[in-house]
Amino acid sequence: MVKPEDIKKWIEQYLAQSEVKVSGDGRHFDAIIVCPAFYGKTRIQQHQMVYAALGDKMKEEVHALSMRTMTPEAWVKEETEHK
Amino acid sequence: MEIAERIRKVIEENSVMLFMKGTPDFPQCGFSGRAIQILEACGAKFGSADVLMDPELREGIKTYSNWPTIPQLYIQGELIGGSDIMTEMHQNGELKEKIEALNS
Repeated sequence: MVKPEDIKKWIEQYLAQSEVKVSGDGRHFDAIIVCPAFYGKTRIQQHQMVYAALGDKMKEEVHALSMRTMTPEAWVKEETEHK
Repeated sequence: MEIAERIRKVIEENSVMLFMKGTPDFPQCGFSGRAIQILEACGAKFGSADVLMDPELREGIKTYSNWPTIPQLYIQGELIGGSDIMTEMHQNGELKEKIEALNS
């Protein structure tokens, strides 16, 4: 069974300098992905980059992945707003 | 008709089009259900297609859009995203704006 740490590892290996937080129960996962490569990309493109990182695993092992993608700048902003 | 051609036609004919699991009245997946709720909250008139009834469409739509998950929302032929992006765009009002702009 896929563990949240596996998903974190797969994405971080593929997306340079990304920071990934994943929670989930083995079938459904929630992820936050922060990555400098997201600058200048649309949300669609950002999600496609994450899907590309997971490749065929998305079809077979991972039933459902909810995600939010953010640039480091957006992430800092969000953190600040919630404190 | 080839599947890509069928998809192109249906997203041209429906300015707001949702590919989903199940139907608007009976979504067969929580993510598709959420997509319907959001579209209804935005007051959207939309077309929908149930990929569970059509295996060729289920695979074809993923290839067409380079997007491996369902639901998928298209507005004026353009992929807007899945339920996560719809949720974000609903929360910040962007989606409603886009949908209302269609009627003006």
